[in-house]
Amino acid sequence: LKRKRKKKNENKWVVVSNLPFESCKWKENPNRHYDCNKIKTTKYTFLSFIPKNIFEQFHRFANLYFVAIAALNFVPMVNAFQPAVSLIPICVIMAITAVKDAWEDFRRYQLDKEINNMVCLVYSRKESDYIEKCWKDVRVGDFVQLQCNEIIPADILLLYSSDQNGICHLETANLDGETNLKQRQVVKGFSNQNTPFDPELFQNTIVCEKPNNDLNKFNGFVEQPDHKRIGFGSESLLLRGCTIRNTEIAIGIVIYAGHETKAMLNNSGPRYKRSKIERRMNIDIFFCVGLLFIMCLIGALGHGIWNGSFSERPPYEVPDPNGNYLSSALAGFYMFLTMIILLQILIPISLYVSIEFVKLGQVFLIHNDIDLYDEDVDLPIQCRALNITEDLGQIQYIFSDKTGTLTENKMVFRRCTVDGNEFSHQENAKRLETHKELDSDDEDWARHQHFALPVIKIEKPDTLKQKNSKPLRRCQSARARFQGHARKKSLGRCDSLQSQVAFSSTIEKDVTPDNRLLMKVRDATLQIESLASFPSAKDTCSTTSVTDFFLALAICNTVVVSTATEPRQRVTAPPLMKPSGISLERIHQLLQRLKLANLGQSFSLTQSSSDLGASVNAKNSKENPAATDSYNKDDISTHTCSNSTDGDYDTDDRADAMPRKVSTEMGGASLDEVFGSVSQGHLQPEFCYEAESPDEAALVHAARAYSFTLMSRTPEQVTVRLPQGTLLTFDILCTLGFDSVRKRMSVVVRHPFTNEIIVYTKGADSVIMDLLEDPAKADFNMGRKLRRIHAKTQKHLDWYARYGLRTLCIAKKVLSEHDFRKWANFRREAEAAIDNRDELLMDTAQHLETKLTLLGATGIEDRLQEGVPDTIAALREAGIQIWVLTGDKQETAVNIAYSCKLLDQKDTVFTINTENKETCESLLNLTLEEVRKNSNVERTKWNFFGISLSSSLPASVASSPDIGLVVDGKTLNVIFQGKLEEKFLELTKYCRSVLCCRATPLQKSMVAKLVRRQLKVMTLSIGDGANDVSMIQAADVGIGISGQEGMQAVMASDFAISRFKHLKKLLLVHGHWCYSRLAKMVIYFFYKNVSYVSLLFWYQFFCGFSGTTMIDYWQMIFFNLFFTSMPPILFGILDKDVSAETLLSLPELYKSGQNSETYKLSTFSIAVMDAFYQSLICFFVPYLTYKDSDIDVFTFGTPINTISLFTILLHQALEMKTWTCFHWITMIGSVLLYFTFSTIYNAVCVVCNEPTSPFWLMEDQLSDPSFYLVCFITPVIALLPRYLVLAVRGTFRASPILKAQQLDKLPKEQRDLEIQRWRSGKQDTPSIPMASPSDEVDRTNSNLRVSQFLGQAAFTPHGNNDTQGLSTPEMNHLRDWILNGEGNSSTRRWAREEATAANSLGRPCPGRDLLEPTRIASPGPFTSHLTSDNAEELTPGSHRRSVSAVTL
Amino acid sequence: MGPCPVVGQWQGSGLSLGLHGALPGGGAMAGIGALPGNKPDNTAFTQQRLPAWQPLLSAGTALPLFFCAGLACLALGLGLHFSSATIRELELDYTGAPGSGHNCSRCANASRAGAAGCTCSLRFELPERFPGPVCLYYQLANYYQNHRRYSVSRDDRQLSGVASGLSNPARECSPFRTDPRGIPIAPCGAIANSLFNDTFALYHLANGTFYPVPLDNRGISWWTDSNIKFSNPELINGSLEAAFRGTAKPPNWPHAAYTLDMGNLNNTGFINEDFIVWMRTAALPTFRKLYRRVREGNFSSGLPQGTYRLDITYNYPVLSFQGTKKVIFSTVSWMGGKNPFLGIVYLIFGSACILTGFVMLAVHIKFQKQNQMDVE
Repeated sequence: LKRKRKKKNENKWVVVSNLPFESCKWKENPNRHYDCNKIKTTKYTFLSFIPKNIFEQFHRFANLYFVAIAALNFVPMVNAFQPAVSLIPICVIMAITAVKDAWEDFRRYQLDKEINNMVCLVYSRKESDYIEKCWKDVRVGDFVQLQCNEIIPADILLLYSSDQNGICHLETANLDGETNLKQRQVVKGFSNQNTPFDPELFQNTIVCEKPNNDLNKFNGFVEQPDHKRIGFGSESLLLRGCTIRNTEIAIGIVIYAGHETKAMLNNSGPRYKRSKIERRMNIDIFFCVGLLFIMCLIGALGHGIWNGSFSERPPYEVPDPNGNYLSSALAGFYMFLTMIILLQILIPISLYVSIEFVKLGQVFLIHNDIDLYDEDVDLPIQCRALNITEDLGQIQYIFSDKTGTLTENKMVFRRCTVDGNEFSHQENAKRLETHKELDSDDEDWARHQHFALPVIKIEKPDTLKQKNSKPLRRCQSARARFQGHARKKSLGRCDSLQSQVAFSSTIEKDVTPDNRLLMKVRDATLQIESLASFPSAKDTCSTTSVTDFFLALAICNTVVVSTATEPRQRVTAPPLMKPSGISLERIHQLLQRLKLANLGQSFSLTQSSSDLGASVNAKNSKENPAATDSYNKDDISTHTCSNSTDGDYDTDDRADAMPRKVSTEMGGASLDEVFGSVSQGHLQPEFCYEAESPDEAALVHAARAYSFTLMSRTPEQVTVRLPQGTLLTFDILCTLGFDSVRKRMSVVVRHPFTNEIIVYTKGADSVIMDLLEDPAKADFNMGRKLRRIHAKTQKHLDWYARYGLRTLCIAKKVLSEHDFRKWANFRREAEAAIDNRDELLMDTAQHLETKLTLLGATGIEDRLQEGVPDTIAALREAGIQIWVLTGDKQETAVNIAYSCKLLDQKDTVFTINTENKETCESLLNLTLEEVRKNSNVERTKWNFFGISLSSSLPASVASSPDIGLVVDGKTLNVIFQGKLEEKFLELTKYCRSVLCCRATPLQKSMVAKLVRRQLKVMTLSIGDGANDVSMIQAADVGIGISGQEGMQAVMASDFAISRFKHLKKLLLVHGHWCYSRLAKMVIYFFYKNVSYVSLLFWYQFFCGFSGTTMIDYWQMIFFNLFFTSMPPILFGILDKDVSAETLLSLPELYKSGQNSETYKLSTFSIAVMDAFYQSLICFFVPYLTYKDSDIDVFTFGTPINTISLFTILLHQALEMKTWTCFHWITMIGSVLLYFTFSTIYNAVCVVCNEPTSPFWLMEDQLSDPSFYLVCFITPVIALLPRYLVLAVRGTFRASPILKAQQLDKLPKEQRDLEIQRWRSGKQDTPSIPMASPSDEVDRTNSNLRVSQFLGQAAFTPHGNNDTQGLSTPEMNHLRDWILNGEGNSSTRRWAREEATAANSLGRPCPGRDLLEPTRIASPGPFTSHLTSDNAEELTPGSHRRSVSAVTL
Repeated sequence: MGPCPVVGQWQGSGLSLGLHGALPGGGAMAGIGALPGNKPDNTAFTQQRLPAWQPLLSAGTALPLFFCAGLACLALGLGLHFSSATIRELELDYTGAPGSGHNCSRCANASRAGAAGCTCSLRFELPERFPGPVCLYYQLANYYQNHRRYSVSRDDRQLSGVASGLSNPARECSPFRTDPRGIPIAPCGAIANSLFNDTFALYHLANGTFYPVPLDNRGISWWTDSNIKFSNPELINGSLEAAFRGTAKPPNWPHAAYTLDMGNLNNTGFINEDFIVWMRTAALPTFRKLYRRVREGNFSSGLPQGTYRLDITYNYPVLSFQGTKKVIFSTVSWMGGKNPFLGIVYLIFGSACILTGFVMLAVHIKFQKQNQMDVE
C-alpha cells in the first residue's frame, strides 16, 4: 500500500544502491517502495482459501443458480425438501472443485517455496563481501554476483563481467525457449573492466522505465554523481529466469524484483476459452431453463386450479401453522417456486463438473499420445488451454504460417549470385536431395516402428541398437556419397551433440561449394595478392566483390561462436599463435608496409606484404590446389569433434587476456604464424554458430564453406579466417540489428588494414534494391555496368523466389571517417534518449543505410517439413480450408504452396496485386463472376448424379472447384480499408486455397478475425514465430509450433506441437474423438436430466401438483452424483467411435465434427424427445402396474428409480461404441453401487431421513416378484425405439461414421482394401493423388518439387544466358534423376499430366478471359516475371498451370 | 534435468494442470538437452489401445435378439395373464353420494354434518368362492395422501417412541403439532389427524342367519413397520396411558392414541396396525389399504359363494372433496393382488418384438441384396 503512493506519482523508476542504507532501518531506504524478490503465484493462503475459493466458484453462473435454489429451499412456504439436504449436491460439487483448486495451489506453493529459497550471492557491506542469500531476500538496489550456469534471481543491470570485453552470455531458454546464447553488455560507463568492480563505490542513480512485460524493451540511464548520464538498453539487462553461460562472474544491481520482473510480468496463466460445444450448450441450457419454466408454470397452474376446485378443505389439505389456508393464486405462486426447487436438476449441474473432468482426461490422453511426441526435441504436445479440446474436431479453416510451420525453418544455403553472376551450387543441390532421400528412409523406419509396436517391444535390445545406428547411418551415407571420405569414428556422437545446438543440423552446416565460385574466390584472393604486389591495376571490382560478398556473409550478423565439444564454451579469440618469435620491431615493420600499400576499396591480405611476397606466391600456389583439401581436413576435425583442443584453449585464454590491439596486429603480422594457424586449424574444434535466426547461421555456414570462417565475435570485434588462413579482425563500430520494419540489418566495421569504415548490409531484396546507389550518378561505364548487375541480380532473385528460396541481398557501403563520426554522434544521442528512443534509432539506421553498393544475393532453401504435403492433403480431404498467411515473397510462397500440395498444378490460380480500391473491386467482381460460372457447371453436374449419390454419400460435395487465390499484403490493405471484405470472402469460398503473401502480423490476425466473424466458422491458426502471435490469438484454436523461433507463439497458443504433421493426428483423430465424445456426453447429460426430472413432473399430475417426490431425496442426489455419473464421464474420456487408423486413412470422417453432426439442434431435440418418451414409459408402466393397489409413495418410487437407472445406463450402453474393461467395471459398478447403497441405506435408516423414512423399501421390493417383472420390461420398452433406429441406421450405414465403424470390424487387410475402394470411389476426378501408403507421398515430395522446377525450366522461354544454373547438362541430369526414380508414382503422374495437358489445351483456361482485358503491365520488380509467366501461358503446351496474375 | 530443476518438475507432471509456472514459460522448453524424460508412456491405456469389445448394431445382430426377447415376453406374459386372471376381486362402493339412493347416503350426509357413529349395511352376493386368504381392503378415491404438505406432516421420531418426540414433536407436524393450549399432540401431524376411522363387520348368510365372519387384523402392516419403525413410548409403571401423559390427542380423534385398541397392548398406541397402515401414505390419489384378512375359523380356506352383509360404521367424510369409498374383497396370488396390466404389457411387447423381428429380417435381406449390388 505504501509503495503505491510513490509509484503513482512518478513516471520513472529510480534505483540507488542499497549499501549506504544497510545499517539504516528499512523505512529510510529509498528503494523500499519496490517489490521484494519473493514471489507468490498461489491464489490462496491457508486462511483465505475457503472464503476466496467459494467466492471464485460463485463466479460460475451454474453454482450461483444452485445456491440460490438451495437458499430458496430454506423458505418454509416453498421448500420441496428438507432445507439442509438440498445443500448437499452443491456442496459436494463445490467441494470437489475446491479440492482440485487446493491441490493445484499447493503445487504452486511448493514451487514458489523452492524458488524463493534458491541461493544467490548478494554483497553485504558488513562482511565486505558477497554473502549467500535466498532469492526472496534479494531487494531492489542490491548488488548480486552471478556465476557461470547460475540462474538469475531478478532483473539485474549488468555492471561488471569477468569477460574482458564486458560481455556476459545468457541462455534465455527458460524465458522464451531460445537456446542460442545471447550477449549482454556491461553498461557503457562501467566498461573499465581491469579493476574489479567494487559495489561500495557505486554512487550512481539509475533511472529507467517502469516495469513492463516487454522482454526486449528496456532503457534508461545511469546518472553519475556529477550528473553525467550514461544510457543503456535491454542489452545490459539480465532477466530473471535466464542462465548465465560462458561467463565466470557477472555483477549487477537489481532493478526489478519479484513480481515486477519482466519474466513474472510475462507470466500469464492458462487461457480460458469457451469452446463451440460449450457455447452451443449454453443455448441449450437456456432451452432447459425454458422447459423448466414451462413445467413449473404447469405445476403452478395445476396446483392453483386443483386447489380451487374444492368447495371445502379436504383433510389432506394442510393449513399453515396458524391454521389458515392459502388462496389458490398464492398457493399456485408458491408452488411455482417449489417446482423450481423440485425440478432444478433439469439444469444439469453435474454437467459442468463432468465436463471439467472429461476435458482433463482428454487433455491427459492427448498429452500422452506418443505419436505427437517429437523425439528430436524431446517434447510431447503441450495442451495449454484445457477446455477447448473438442474444438479440434470442428475446425473448418486453418490459417497457417509458412516459415517454420510448413517448412522446417532449417535454412540451407542453396544458391547465390555475386556481381550478376549466378552460381548454381549443383553439388550442393545434389547433396540436399540425397539428404532428403535418406531422411525419408529414416521416416520409413520410424513409421515401421510405429505400426509394429508390439513386435518392437519384444525385440527391445535390437531396436535400441537400431536406434543408435540411425543417425550414424544418415551421416555416413550422405557424406560418403559426395565427398568420398569415410569418417566412421564418432560420427554418431557428433550428431547427437549437434542436435543440442540450435540451427546446426548437419544439413545446414555442410555446404558443398560451387566449383566455379570456389575458383573465383581462389582467383580473387590470388589476384589480390598479386595486386598487392603490384598495386597498379584498377579493375578489381569483380574480384573484390566476391571476397566482399563472403566477408559480408561472415560478418554481417549477430552469430555467437562457440565450440561443439563444449557447447557453451565460447571461443573468444582464434587459436592464434604461441606468442613466441615475434619481435615488436618486426611488427612495426610490417605495419609500416601495410600503410604504404594503397589498395583502394579492396582490403589487403597479410600475405601480400611485400616483405614476404615472393615466398607467398610460391607457397600460395602450393596451397591453392590444397585449398579444398584443407577444407576437407577442416571438415574432418569438424566431425571428429576432437578433444585435442584443450591445449589450445589455454592459449585462447591467454590470448584473450592480451590487449586487443596487439592481438589484431599480430593477427595480421606474420605469415609464419598464419601458416601455423592453418596447421593448427586442422585440430580446431568445430565452431558452433548460434544465431538468432536460422538464415544467419546458414549464411555463416555458407561463408565457411568458402573458407571465410567466422572465428569469433564480441560486440567490439569480429574475427574471420580467410581462405589462406589469414585472420582478419574487424572492429565493430556499430551493429544495427534486424527489425521487421526495416527488413535489414547492418554492421559498421573498420577494416583492420585499410582503416576504411565499411557498412555491410543484408536484407530483403525489395528493400535493399531501393536503397542501392543510383547508377546514374556514377560515371557512364560504371553506371551501365551497375545497372546490368542490378538487373541480372533482380532476375536471379525472381528465379530464386520462384522456386521457393528465401532471398537476401547483400550490399556494402564505404563511409568516410568524417561522415561516420557525424553519424556516430547522432546515434549516440539517440541511444541516450529515453523518449521515442526507438524512433530515433530507426531514423539513424535509415540514415546510414543508403546509397549501397550491391554485392550479390543469396538463395536459402527452407525445406518443407516432413509429412507436410500428406498432412495438407489429408486436412483438405477432411473438408478444411487451408489458408497460408505469410510474410514471404509472393513467388516464394506460391512455390512452397505448390510443393506442399496446397495448390495443385492443374488449379486455376488467381493473383490479385493492387493498391487501388476500384481496380481491386472490379477484379474481385470479375474473378467472382468467372468462378461462379465454373462452379455452376459443376453444381449442375453434381445435381445430375445427386439423386443416386445423395443417399449413400451425403457429404460428397467434395468436388471442390480447383481455384487458388493469391493476394498480397497491399491488396489485403485495400480490401480491409475499402470494405471489400464480403466480396473477398465470397470469392474465397470458391477457392480451394488462399495464399496471402507479404502479410504483416496485423493483417494475419485481421484475416483470421474476418473469416471467423463473417463466415461464422471454426478457425485454427498455426504458427511458430512472434509474428504469428496475433493470428494465433485471433483464431478459435491457436496452435504454436515449438520450433526454431522462440516460444512466443507457443506461449500464445492453446496447443503447442513440434511438427506440422502432428496436426493431422491432432485434428483428425484427437479432434474427432474429443468432439464426438464430448458432444455425445453433453447430449447424454441433457437427456439424462430431462428424463429423470420429468419422472418427477409426471408424478405431479397424481399428487395435486403439490411438489411431492416419490423418490427419497438422498436417492435422488446419489442418483445424479454417483449412480449415473461415472459411465458418461468414462465415456467422454475413453469412447472411440472409430479407430485411429481408420480416422487417419479416411480424413473425410472429420466432416461429421465440422458439421456438428453429433451435437446440433436436431440431435439435441431428438435427445430431449426421447428423454420424454422414456420417462413417460418409466413412469406410466409402473403407474399402471401399481394402480389401484395399496402401494405407498416411496415403495412406488423405488421401482421407478430403479427402472430409470437401468434405462439411463442402458441408453448409455447403446451409445458406447467401445467396451473396454473400464467401461464394464463402471457400468456394472454403477448398478451394484445403486443396489448396495439402497439396501444398506434402507436397512439402516429407520428415522434418519425425516419425515420420509425410506426404511426397508428396497428389501421389500426385492422380495416382490412384480418388481423384477416391471424392472425388466420397462427399460426394454423405453429403449426399443432407439435400439430399433440404431439398428436400422447401422444396417443401412446411414453415415460415413457408421460405415467406418463397420470397416473397423474387418480384418486388417480387408479393411485396407475397403478403405481404398471407398476412397477411389470418392475420387472420380483424380484431383488429389492419393497413394495410400502415405510414406510414398512423402518420398515423392522432393521429386515433385524438382519436376515442377524442371517443368518451369524446360518450358519457360528464358533463353537468357544468365540461367547458367540451369545449363543443359544439369537439367539433363535432373531429368535423369527423376526418371530413374523407380516405381515413382509422381514421375508417372507427371508424364500423364503432360499428356493430358497437351490434349486439353484446346479448352480455354478460365483465367485468361479475365486476364486479357485487365492486364496492365506496370513498371515494377515483378513485371518481367509476370510477362514471362503470361507468355508461358499463351505458348501452347508450355505450362501446365494456368496462372492469371494481375499486377497494378 | 534441464538447467532449472524447478521447471523440470513442472514438465514431469505430465498433466500440465496448473500452467501458472512460477517461472515464465511454464518450463515449456526446459526439456531441451535433457534426457528423453518427456516421452509419454507407451501403454495401452495412454495410447488408447485398450482391448475392447465394439458392438455394432445392425439388423443382422438385432434379429435374434428381437425373436428371443419376443418369445420370452410372450411366455412370461401368458403366465402373468393367467395368474392374474385367477384372482377374484369384488368391489363395493359405499360412498353414498347424495341422490344415489344408496344405503349409506344417510350416513354420508350425517358425517358431512360432523356426526359420527352412523352405521349402514350392504348386502352383496359372492358369485363364486373366494379362496383364502381373502383380503379386505378399503379404497379411497380422489384422496391425495401424497400431497406434499400432508405427507410430510408427521414425526417419525415420535412414532418410534422417542420420548423427546413425544414432548416436542417435529415442526413438520404443525398446525397439528400442539393443541391450542400448547400441549404436544401425539401422534402429531395431519396424517395421523386424518386417520381413516370407518369400521367394517362382515356377516355370512348361512341358513337364513348372518354369521359374523372373523376378520383378522394382525399382520396387515409391514412387519418392519410394526416391529421396528413404530413403537410406543416406554411404559411408565406398566401403563401406556402414563407414558402418553402430557400429550394431547389429535383434534379429529375421539380418543387418545393409547385407546386405539383397548384390549390389546400389542395393537394400541403407535403400534396399532390400522394406524400404521394409514401412516404409510399412499402413492396415488386412488388407493387401497389393507383392512383385514379372512383366514380364521370356518373361513380359513376362503369365502364361500353366497350372500353376505357388510356393516359399516360410517365416520369418514369424503363427499367434501368428491371422494369415493369402497370395500374390496380380493384373493392373492404369488405376485400379490390383481394385476392384469403387467401380463398385457408382456403380451403386447412380446408380439411387437416378434413383429419387429420380421420387419428387421426383411430389412436385413433387402440390405444384403443392395450391398451385393453395390459391390458389383
